[in-house]
Amino acid sequence: MSLATLLVLADGRLPSGGHAHSGGLEAAVAAGRVREVRDVGGFLRGRLQTTGFVSAAFAASACARTGAFMDLDRGLDARTPSPALRRASRAQGRALVRAGRAMWALPDVGREPHHPVALGVLAAAAGLGPLEAAVAAAHGAVSGPASAAVRLLGLDPYAVHSLLAGLAPEIDRIAADAAARADDPVDALPAAGAPLLDIGAELHATWEVRLFAS
Amino acid sequence: MRAGARIVAEADGRGGTRLAVLRGESPLLLRRTGPRTGGDVTVHLVGGAAGPLRGDDLRLDLEAGPGARLTVRSVAAQLALPGRPGAPASRLEIRAVVAAGATVRWLPEPLIAAAGCDHRAVTRVEVEAGGAVLWRDDLVCGRHDEPSGDVHTDLIIRYAGSTLHRHELAVGPRAPGWSGAAVLGGARAVGSLVLAGPDLPEAALLGGDAALMTLAGPGMLATAVGQDIRQVRAALDPLCVERQRLPAPA
Amino acid sequence: MHPELHEHGPDEVPHTHPDPGVDPHTPLHPGPRALRIGIGGPVGSGKTALVAALCRALGAELRLAVVTNDIYTTEDADFLLRNGVLPADRIRAVETGCCPHTAIRDDISANLDAVEDLEATLGPLDLVLVESGGDNLTATFSKGLIDQQIFVVDVAGGDKVPRKGGPGVTTADLLVINKTDLAPLVGADLSVMDRDARARRGELPTVFLSLVGDKAATPVADWIRALVAARVPAA
Repeated sequence: MSLATLLVLADGRLPSGGHAHSGGLEAAVAAGRVREVRDVGGFLRGRLQTTGFVSAAFAASACARTGAFMDLDRGLDARTPSPALRRASRAQGRALVRAGRAMWALPDVGREPHHPVALGVLAAAAGLGPLEAAVAAAHGAVSGPASAAVRLLGLDPYAVHSLLAGLAPEIDRIAADAAARADDPVDALPAAGAPLLDIGAELHATWEVRLFAS
Repeated sequence: MRAGARIVAEADGRGGTRLAVLRGESPLLLRRTGPRTGGDVTVHLVGGAAGPLRGDDLRLDLEAGPGARLTVRSVAAQLALPGRPGAPASRLEIRAVVAAGATVRWLPEPLIAAAGCDHRAVTRVEVEAGGAVLWRDDLVCGRHDEPSGDVHTDLIIRYAGSTLHRHELAVGPRAPGWSGAAVLGGARAVGSLVLAGPDLPEAALLGGDAALMTLAGPGMLATAVGQDIRQVRAALDPLCVERQRLPAPA
Repeated sequence: MHPELHEHGPDEVPHTHPDPGVDPHTPLHPGPRALRIGIGGPVGSGKTALVAALCRALGAELRLAVVTNDIYTTEDADFLLRNGVLPADRIRAVETGCCPHTAIRDDISANLDAVEDLEATLGPLDLVLVESGGDNLTATFSKGLIDQQIFVVDVAGGDKVPRKGGPGVTTADLLVINKTDLAPLVGADLSVMDRDARARRGELPTVFLSLVGDKAATPVADWIRALVAARVPAA
C-alpha cells in the first residue's frame, strides 16, 4: 500500500467534480440550520456517522470485490431514497471514473456508478486496500461540505479545518469499522440514514438558483 | 422479558380476509378490531405492560397470504424505557411476509425514546411481486423536556426479491451528530412511510421538513422531521388516508 | 481486466477505450467531435450577449449547443432561453460551487459531462460554446475542456485592461474588446487598447466589437467559421 497514492486519491483537488457538491450543506444553510462554525461541526459529525459510514463501507466493499460493483451499486440505490442524492452520487461517480481512467487501469465499473463504488474500484486499481478506500470515502464525506461551508458562509477556514482535524480519529474509527465489514452481504452493510439530508436534497433540487449541484 | 406474537391473514375466498392465526402474549397482545365487513382486517396491538425495557426481546411476525388485506395499528405509543441497568438493549423484531395481491398496512403509534433507554428495532419486510405495503414508523426522541434515550432502528423492505429500501437511524447520546443539522437538526420527532407496490402517488414536497420521494425500485418513501410528533403527523397522515382508499391491487 | 470491452449506457455514442491509460480528455469517439470554444472574461463584459449573438448568427449554419457556468446556475441559460436564441435542449447549465474558474480549469469534469451529454442526446454537433461564469482576469479554460478560447473584455472596464494583461488577455486565442460604442462615454482610447493588446498578445488576434451596431458579432462569428471549416474537410 502506498500512502502517497492514498493522498492522491483523497486529495480535494482531484479533478472529479467534488467542488460543485456541498454534501447537503447548501440546503442546511438555506434552512437556517447552519450559520456558524459550531453548526458546521454538528453537521459534519452527523454526516460522517451516516452518509460517511455508508460510503466508507461501500467503498471498502467495492475495493475488496470490484466484480460485485453492480450489486453494491444497487445496495446504494436502496440506501438513497432521495432521487436528487442518487443523481448527485452518480454524477460524482462518473466524474471520479473519468479522473481514475487517466490515472490507473480501471476494470469495468459501469458508466455512472455511485460515487463510493467508483471510489472503491479506483482504490483497488491504484493498489490500495479496503481500509484505505474507506478512509478516503469517510474523509471525503466531511471535507467536501467543510470546504463548501467556507465558501458559502465565509467562515474562518482555520476554524473549519480544525473541525476536520478533530474528526480525524473518528474518521479512522469509522473507516476501520467499514473495512471490517467489507465482505458482508450487501444487505448487511451499513445503512445509516440522515433524514434531513434526504429532505434537504429534494428541496434543493427544486431551487431555481443554487450555487452547488447538491 | 421474551415474548412473541403472530398474525396470519388469508383471503377468505369471498372477497374478504380472515385471520388464520392471531396469537400474542404480554406485552405483545393483539385484538381484532373494526367492522367485520369489508375486505380489510384490522388488528390492534393493545400492549400488556410498559416498555420495552432493557432486557426485553420481542418478536412480531406478520403474514398476509395472496389477496389478503391486513392493517395493524397500536392503541398507544410504545415507550422505550431504561429498565434494569446492565441488561442488554431491548429489542423488537418485526418480520412481515406479503404475498402477491396482498396488502399490509403497518400504522402504529409512535415509538418514544425515553431518557436512558437502549432499544433496537429490527424490521424485515418481504413483499412478493404484486403485493403492497404501507409501512409507517414514527419516533419521538425523549418524553417532554427530557433528553432522548438511545434508539437504533434497522429496516429492510424487499420487493419481488430485491432490496427496495434499507435504512437505519440512530438517535440518542451514543449516536454522534444525530441532533446536528445533517440528521435531525435538533428536531424531536421523525417519521417515515414506505409505500411499495403498484398504484404509487407522485413525488412531492410535503411542506416543512418533509418529502415524498421516489425510490430507485417500485416504491416511495415519505420522510418528515418535526419539532414534535404533530408536525410529522401533519405531513404523513394524509398519505396513509389516501392510500387506504386505493383499490386493492389486481 | 478488459477496459476495451466495458459497457456504456444506451444514451452514449458507441466507442471503445483501446488503451486503459487513455487520456479521458481526448474525444471519446474517434470520429469528428464538436469544436469546443470557451468564452471567458470578467463579470459584465458581455459574454452571454456574445454567446446569444453567436447562436443567432451561427445557429442556422452549424449544429451547435451551449454549456453555461454561471455562478448562479441557470441565470445565463435562462437569458439564452428567454431570448429564444437556442432551444432548451441545446443548453446545459453547470453548477460550479461558487468557483466558476475551478469548473473550467482545475476540475472540468462537470463541463465534460455536460458536453458529452449534449453530443449523446443531440447527435453529432459542429460547435459547443462553453461560457464561463463571470470571474476575473486570471480565469482561463483548461485545454482538456476546450479547443480554443475567447476572452471578452469591455471598454467600460477601462482602457488599461489589455495593458494589465493576465492569462486571459495574454493567451486567449481570440481577444474580444467589447462595447466599443461606449468608448466615448467612458473616455476609453481604443487605439491605446489596440496597441497594448498587440504588445501583450504578439500574433494572436484581437477584434473590436459593438453588439449595438453588429448584432451578428461578425468578426467573432467569422473567426469561428474559419475554425470549423479548418476542422471539417469539405466533402
